[in-house]
Order: sequence, then structure tokens, then C-alpha cells
Amino acid sequence: MDASAVPKEKLLSLYRTMVTNRRFEETLSNLFFQGQIPGFVHVSIGEEAVPAGVCAVLTDKDYITTTHRGHGHVLAKGAQLKPMMAELLGKRTGYCKGKGGSMHIVSYSLGIFGANGIVGGGLPIATGAALASSLRGNDAVAVAFFGDGASNEGTFHESLNLASLWKLPVIYVCQNNGYGEFTATADSTSVKDIAVRAQGYDMPGVIVDGNDVLAVYEAAKTAVERAKRGQGPTLIEAKTYRWEGHVVGEQAFVPDYRPPEEIAAAKQRCPIQLFAKQLADTGFVEPAELERIAGEVERALEEAVAFAQASPFPEVESALEDVFANP
Amino acid sequence: MPEIGFVEAIRQALAEEMERDPTVFIMGEDVKVGAFAATRGLYEKFGAARVRNTPISEAGIAGAGVGAAMAGMRPVVEIEFASFFYCCFDQVCNQAGKLRYMSGGQARMPITFRCVYGAMGSAAAQHSEVVYPQFLSAPGLKIAIPSGAAEMKGLLKAAIRDDDPVLVFEHGRLGFTRGEVPAGDVIMPLGKGAVKRAGNDVTIIAVGAMVPKALAVAEELEKEGIGIAVWDPRTLVPLDEDGMLEVVANTGRVVIADEGHRRGGAAGDLAAIIIDQGFDYLNAPIKRVTALDVPIPFSPPLESYVLPDEEKLKAAVREIMA
Repeated sequence: MDASAVPKEKLLSLYRTMVTNRRFEETLSNLFFQGQIPGFVHVSIGEEAVPAGVCAVLTDKDYITTTHRGHGHVLAKGAQLKPMMAELLGKRTGYCKGKGGSMHIVSYSLGIFGANGIVGGGLPIATGAALASSLRGNDAVAVAFFGDGASNEGTFHESLNLASLWKLPVIYVCQNNGYGEFTATADSTSVKDIAVRAQGYDMPGVIVDGNDVLAVYEAAKTAVERAKRGQGPTLIEAKTYRWEGHVVGEQAFVPDYRPPEEIAAAKQRCPIQLFAKQLADTGFVEPAELERIAGEVERALEEAVAFAQASPFPEVESALEDVFANP
Repeated sequence: MPEIGFVEAIRQALAEEMERDPTVFIMGEDVKVGAFAATRGLYEKFGAARVRNTPISEAGIAGAGVGAAMAGMRPVVEIEFASFFYCCFDQVCNQAGKLRYMSGGQARMPITFRCVYGAMGSAAAQHSEVVYPQFLSAPGLKIAIPSGAAEMKGLLKAAIRDDDPVLVFEHGRLGFTRGEVPAGDVIMPLGKGAVKRAGNDVTIIAVGAMVPKALAVAEELEKEGIGIAVWDPRTLVPLDEDGMLEVVANTGRVVIADEGHRRGGAAGDLAAIIIDQGFDYLNAPIKRVTALDVPIPFSPPLESYVLPDEEKLKAAVREIMA
């Protein structure tokens, strides 16, 4: 897609989202190694174009579900840095009052129905959100982000079948990053392209370069328009690569399972650098603007970390709250 | 008070709630035809959108129910036989039961799951199980177990109106029973048990389909001069602990009757609560009458051998009175 076909504000917003995602997770990794983040942290560095491109066509009224590697999707959907960071540190001021952590960020008001610790767990939930939209007659769409690994789960197949059968306004975005935990996709998945599985459910299966944010944006836009016309779901496979391991700090307990040259080659196609180059080529986005954005992101992140660190832990009694709406 | 069938009670509850609230809808396998007749006629009345006949796809429909509930609907999801819950455990336990908590109270989860449970005569192990103990251990889920038509209607209506996930377990054998059900909008609050019969010697705490059996035993043993109180918890989560302890305090002797397996089951859980909080009321050890710890067998004599029944209940009462 030609960048000059997209409004400048949108282009800059895409860039900001990608830089925010990258710097957020780099900061997170540092904090993890400093022992400040409890639990597991899964980062998606190198995959920033997918959440940015898809969420750029959504509004607060639309829904997303995502995965244990969901920071990028949640941030792209509008989650704020301060409560995000506070949640990751287990603080009271976090999105989930410190009860969810990295793998379970929810913001109801932003239509974020949860990152999810269970592979494939979010697919039927997004399908149900789309069902609600269809029953209520509003034009909200739902997006399920998931990985290549989840495409082997039963919930993937059940969800696609239901959504196609009922022509639900849902978009299944497979962020194929080449690995499910520590196993290469080629060793776990019967097909080379997950998008071909769409054929079995009579819906479009689209492959996009997941490192090209405008390609992702365009595919998502087409899928959303189709969903809003009542023509049903789309499966988008965005091919990208996971620069880091499955979980931050895994070098301490798993041997190298990826060829170093594979990682090096992937880094040659950094989605942020690719996009910066596309923007420079337009002639109407100055490099200084990109630097300004990067600086703003940096300051916002510093503030978010300081806010999270200064925030109190939850009162222990709050562990017993929020189980039921009507106890 | 009109007497209606157990299944008619389900149908009335569903129809009344769907009429009252446009966000209520039904989803499940063969709800159009009504595999157990509970949803029969509703498709014709409310249409395909709100009586949503699904493929055989338990994880998909349970999860779609979760998402629809979060997005403002009140789905009533039918899982047919309770054992089929194993196919969608993740969506029920990890998602429906935990999303509110993990989101710090943001998520709203007004979803009802209905299923037929229990042994109904040589259906063998995969269609005869009592599955609710598995969910007792999963935080965030409410569990209702109607013992008759009145409870069926009142508890189901309460479940549908509740903002939390409620699992309603309907015993297959109760499907053939009838009972007096007040007409109109009768709600039976979740978390409130009922004394079904008064008596001063022994309390039988009976769950679901064990309630009519306990009442029959109580009737019979009264002739021998044993006064039996029968208490129906109606919901295991939330549990009416005060109501249970009150009836136990009055008799000092307790038999717990549940069709679930003994190991890790509801009967053991109720017994532990009584010991924790009402030990001083007890004049004798608590007896549990449950299924034996094997899958429910097919062959009729084997099935009877494994399941709790009136004879086993009577034996337990006599033992505790000795």
C-alpha cells in the first residue's frame, strides 16, 4: 500500500503505536531483569506492525481479545501506559487492580476483553462478542488476535465454523511469529500457510507481510468493511517473527532452539525501520517528526514507570473481592 | 397451586425470561428441536436469532456465550449432558469463572449454563456423571441444583437474572417428575436453602435428585419413630451455611446424600463445613451416602450397586441412630 494514500495523522499515529510497543516491551524486559516484574513476561518485539495496523481501523466500540503475548494489542487498542505498567508491577493502580498481570490486561471501556493465558482461549470470546453485536444490531466488530500455535487448538476451528455459519462481524488475526513456545511452526502445523485453513470455513483467508504496517492496515480495513456489510468473518495471517524468546529470561532454562542466522535475518526487516523508510519516501513526513514522537514516547514511559513504582500494592483483603458481581 | 412437569418448569422459566428481557437468548446443540424437550416450541416463538441452534461444538459455544455475556447479552447456554462440560472446561473455568476477577471486577459475566446430569438408567459412564464437584473447586462459578419443578423454575430464573456465571444442573430422572409451581414470576434466590421436612433426630442434607429420595426415606422411617429433617441446599455456590448449621444444630446427627462420587465430592465438602463450624452440634459422626468411586457402569445391577439409593440412605440413618 502506498503511504501517501493514508492521511498523515494516521501515519504518525501508526508510527507512535509501533514505537510505543517496542519501547514499552524493551523497558519491561529491563525491569524484569532487575527483578521488578513478578511472574512471566512475554514480549512481542519485532511484531509491532500487526497490532498497530489492525487496531488503527478499530474504535473504542469494537472489541479485541488477545493472547499471553498481548501488550502490543492492548496498547494499540488504546490502553494507557500508567495503569498498564502498574498492573505489570502488581500494583493497586493497575488496570486489573493487580489481579491480572501481564497476561490478563482487560479494559472494558476500551473494548479490550482480555489478554489470555490460555492458547486459543480468546477466539470464542471474540466470536461471542461479535454475536452480541449482531444480536444487538450495532455495528461493532470483534478481533481475535492469536498466534500460529492457537490455530491448532479446537477453539480456533470451532470459532471459525460458528462465525462463518452465522456471518458474524469478527476478524481472526493470526500473528504468525514462527514459534509456539519453543517449537517451530513447521514442526507443529500441518499447513505452510495458516490462512488456507479459512477455506475450510468458507471465509477469506488473507496472507499479509506482518512487518509491513500498511499492508496489515489495508487487510484489516477490508476485513472490517466486509464484517460491517454483514458478509461475515475474515482470517488474516500476518507473517512476522519473534525476535525474543517465548518468555523473557528463558535463556536460564532452555537451550538455544533457533538458528542465530534466522534471528539476524529477521532483524534486517525491522517493521519500525521499514515504516520509517516508507514515511521518508512520502516526502511529507519529516524525520524530525518521527524523532519528536520517539521522544514523547520516551518521556511518557518514564512517567509510567515512575507512577507504577510509586503506586502502592493492593491491600491484601482485596484478594477476596471481585469474584462475583453479586456475592 | 398448579402442578407442572419439571421440563415444563424449564420451558416456562426460559420463555418468561426471554419475554421479560430482550438480551436473554438461548444457545446450544439441538435447542431448535429440543433434545430434552426443555426448549421445545421456543424456536417457533422467539426465532432463530434468539434460540440459536449450534453445531456440536461445546468449547465454541461456551466461549461464544462468555464473549456475548461480556458484550452485554444474557446467554443461556445448553450443554446437553453434564459430561460434555469436559469439552469446554477451559471456557467455563478459566474464562467465565475468572475473567471478572482477573480484570479487577471490570468484566460482567451474566451467563447461565444448563445441563442434564446424573444417572438415568444405563446411560453408562459418559452420560451419567455428576460433574458439579469439579466446578465446586473452580472459583468464580455459581452452582444451582434444582430438586423439583418449583426449584427448577425459580432457580433458573434467578440464574438468568444473576450477573455472574451460574451452572444449573438438572437431573435426568427429575425430568419425569411433576410438582407444584406457583404461577408467574417466581424467583428462588441463589444461596438460600430450604427445610423440606422437619424432624428432630437426624438431618438428611440432600442434593438435587436425592431430595425426593430423602423425603421418601423420612416418611418410611417416621413409622419406626425416627424423626428426619430434610434440608435442600438448592445452590452449592453460594451455600446457605447458616441455614444448614441451623437445621444440623436441631438434630445433632447428619447424613449427607449426594449422587456424586465420594472422593473430592460435594458431600465431603458439606461435611467439612459442618465440622469446621458446627462440631459442637454433633452427637455422632457425619455419614455420607454417595456414588462409589468408579465410573458409572452400564449393566443395570452394576449401576444400582454403585449409585446411592433409599436403602443405602436408610442404612446410614439407622447406623447413626444406633
